[in-house]
Amino acid sequence: MLEVRDITKVFGELVANDHVNVEVGKGEIHALLGENGAGKSTLVKMLYGSLQPNGGSILWHGNATTITSPSAARSLGIGMVFQHFSLFESLSVAENIVLSLGADKVLADIAEQTREVSHNYGLPLNPETIIGDMSVGERQRVEIVRCLLQNPELIILDEPTSVLTPQEADNLFVTLKRLKDEGRSILYISHRLEEVKQMCDWATILRHGKVVGECDPAKETAGSLASMMVGGDIAQIKRKKTKAGDGKPLLELKDVSLPAASPFAVALKNIDLAVNAGEVLGIAGVAGNGQSEFFDMVSGEVTVASDAAVTICGTQAGAKGINRRRKLGAAFVPEERLGHSAVPDLSLTENLILSRHGSDAAMFTSMGPIGFIQRDKVHEVAAKIIEEMDVRKSGEDPDASALSGGNLQKFIMGRELDRSPAVMVVNQPTWGVDAGAAARIRQTLIDLARSGSAVVVISQDLDEIMEISDRIAVMSDGRMSLPHNADDMSREQIGLLMAGMEGGSEQEGESAHVH
Amino acid sequence: MFIELERRPAHSTLYSALSPFIALILTLVAGAILFAVMGINPAKGLYSFFIEPLTEVWSLHELAIKAAPLILIATGLSICFLSSNWNIGAEGQFILGAIFGSILPVLFHEQVGIWVLPAMMIMGMIGGALWALIPALLKTRFGANEILTSLMLVYVAELFLDWLVRGAWRNPEGFNFPETRSFSPGQILPEVLDSGRAHYGAVLAIVAVLIAWFMMAKTIRGFEVKVIGQAPKAGQFAGFDAKRVTIVAFMISGALAGLAGIAEVSGAIQQLRPTISPGYGFTAIIVAFLGRLNPVGVFAAGLVLALSFLGSEAAQISLGVSDKLGRVFQGMLLFFVLACDTLIHYRIRITGWAGRARTGET
Repeated sequence: MLEVRDITKVFGELVANDHVNVEVGKGEIHALLGENGAGKSTLVKMLYGSLQPNGGSILWHGNATTITSPSAARSLGIGMVFQHFSLFESLSVAENIVLSLGADKVLADIAEQTREVSHNYGLPLNPETIIGDMSVGERQRVEIVRCLLQNPELIILDEPTSVLTPQEADNLFVTLKRLKDEGRSILYISHRLEEVKQMCDWATILRHGKVVGECDPAKETAGSLASMMVGGDIAQIKRKKTKAGDGKPLLELKDVSLPAASPFAVALKNIDLAVNAGEVLGIAGVAGNGQSEFFDMVSGEVTVASDAAVTICGTQAGAKGINRRRKLGAAFVPEERLGHSAVPDLSLTENLILSRHGSDAAMFTSMGPIGFIQRDKVHEVAAKIIEEMDVRKSGEDPDASALSGGNLQKFIMGRELDRSPAVMVVNQPTWGVDAGAAARIRQTLIDLARSGSAVVVISQDLDEIMEISDRIAVMSDGRMSLPHNADDMSREQIGLLMAGMEGGSEQEGESAHVH
Repeated sequence: MFIELERRPAHSTLYSALSPFIALILTLVAGAILFAVMGINPAKGLYSFFIEPLTEVWSLHELAIKAAPLILIATGLSICFLSSNWNIGAEGQFILGAIFGSILPVLFHEQVGIWVLPAMMIMGMIGGALWALIPALLKTRFGANEILTSLMLVYVAELFLDWLVRGAWRNPEGFNFPETRSFSPGQILPEVLDSGRAHYGAVLAIVAVLIAWFMMAKTIRGFEVKVIGQAPKAGQFAGFDAKRVTIVAFMISGALAGLAGIAEVSGAIQQLRPTISPGYGFTAIIVAFLGRLNPVGVFAAGLVLALSFLGSEAAQISLGVSDKLGRVFQGMLLFFVLACDTLIHYRIRITGWAGRARTGET
């Protein structure tokens, strides 16, 4: 019914989809599997008309078709349910649906249809309910019903179960089976392997923008799917490493739990971890399994109630904020460069002050609580960082947003390394960074560890984790696996841990109970 | 047909700097058209509105009297706006400042001495700051929208003042007129120069501008405001407390509005009346944006907007038009400033019905 041939999408230098071929038959539930950044979202956005391909063709019922916009996709019969919902919280279910269907619809008719369709498919909804009062699972129902009202032949679901409770997910599966029995096709994006094994008729596996395999998931093991996803076939990059674990622990976490702050956040569950002097500890995991919540907790942007839960260089710091943790010798680099680790519209020198006004108050400010900024000193240190990290920039002191991703990241890393931190925690150090800068950043992290610091690298790039880590732990659904020596871990083991299963065995871990 | 605003990849620094001037010119052009429609010679209309008030010494004093509260309030508002807190209630903070500052002259009429005026000014700042603290706390504690709460508190303040001057604080010797006692000479802000009425409120405004400029450009406190306003997540990373910034920014802008209120009452009106402001607190919002939220820019913009007050009075006399015309000019100015700023950052794109009704995931 739908055939994608040699489709290619390029963003700048990044090839997000490289000659991808996918075929979805009538009445088929087709899984798109892949790590984050593998190109799944790019592909479905092209199918839904939000993005236009640079090459290749889309065949709909055998005819080459150009899908210019989401509304064009809808009129062809392609519907999509997004991972993050696009609903107005202050409006009712029916009002939200009318808004997306077009101006010529009557509210009362839509309300009636909504009631009917939602009951027929086992997704009961009251059209008058205000979205703001609904749970996340119910909101997803609204999205699905909205999609069904357009009577689509192909429904695209983007990680639908990532926001659902196990019971809600079970209900969703019943609905999907029913849609399939009616002859509708479903393109199902997920990285939950058990779910895909149970539900899907066929799977296409993407890795780094390319199709690396196709299979009938029911005939595969979760392990073989995982190794296809993370690329067990790629030659392993191994360097000579010093023996890990000979230093004293500089960062310790003891049984840290934190509830989720919002419906889309992940709760942290009983995290224990000790990072020693002299080692790089890599934390692998698929995006959205609690890595950013973990980072915020370690950095002190979000504090925990018990001071003893986090220990930095021998001092309890769980209840202390980020600047006090910095003063204990820790440094942090968040994932998002523009807007988190740097303010886009402030200059580089001002962004230097951003993370160091507290830890280096004596150097950068005077006049006590007034905090007069010593511009000369700030400029001097900024110039030193720019030179040491080889930051390429135009102009004397450009805004952070004027730098390329790699150069800004080098500056941000240099900003923290300049303090010679005893503990360094980095989230996604080379995300969206060109290869040259990425290599340099990884080298500085290894060098920092070898000089006696404890370094934590959170990354979704398994190659990066394997390349620089002495020990590897994996995050899944807000839990942290026990760290193992990197040399003893296979990609398959890591892949299984990423999918929420204990490494080395086919037994399900607790977190894999999604159905 | 859909009209979409599409973000420009880069915005021109030249146009950003020119934007207030372009807005000013557009306002003049629109004003000329307005005069023409009203059957008044546009050149004569614009002359009596914008030039005539600048030709005499006494009217320059009036300009300073009108500009001082605008600059004081707008200086505070620009700090508040830079922190992404939208205090629309400066008018109410102005009134509460005037009321708090008037406690001494109204209730302790006999008190004179060198300490009285500074005490009145400080009381005024406290009054404004406390009034501004209400929307700040409602926002930080309950997430209430500060635009609505601060605006609604304006009307509470106005009615409170009205009640005071008609009731508890009415002048016992005032023949039942709704006004308080006249302040005694030691409770009145003196005139700066012998040549006219302009009082020390203008000096306070200049001092406030200098302090605000120093804070925003040179200190960590100003840096904190900018970071929280532009990128809250980065502010969290810097260890800044967004709630504290919200409260402090509101209190600074409330204090300056309150200072403007008591300076106006003490210097220009010299008693409390049911109405003590021609809308300074609202006009100051225009001043803050026209001045690009920069204390020095606010100083210049305050003079321009003060001129629009004088101009509407002058035009009322020389052209016989409604004094609401000043409001129209102020409204047009704000409109053009915001429109210019928007068009510097975005371009307009018109798409057909087939366009993207729902752009989906971003």
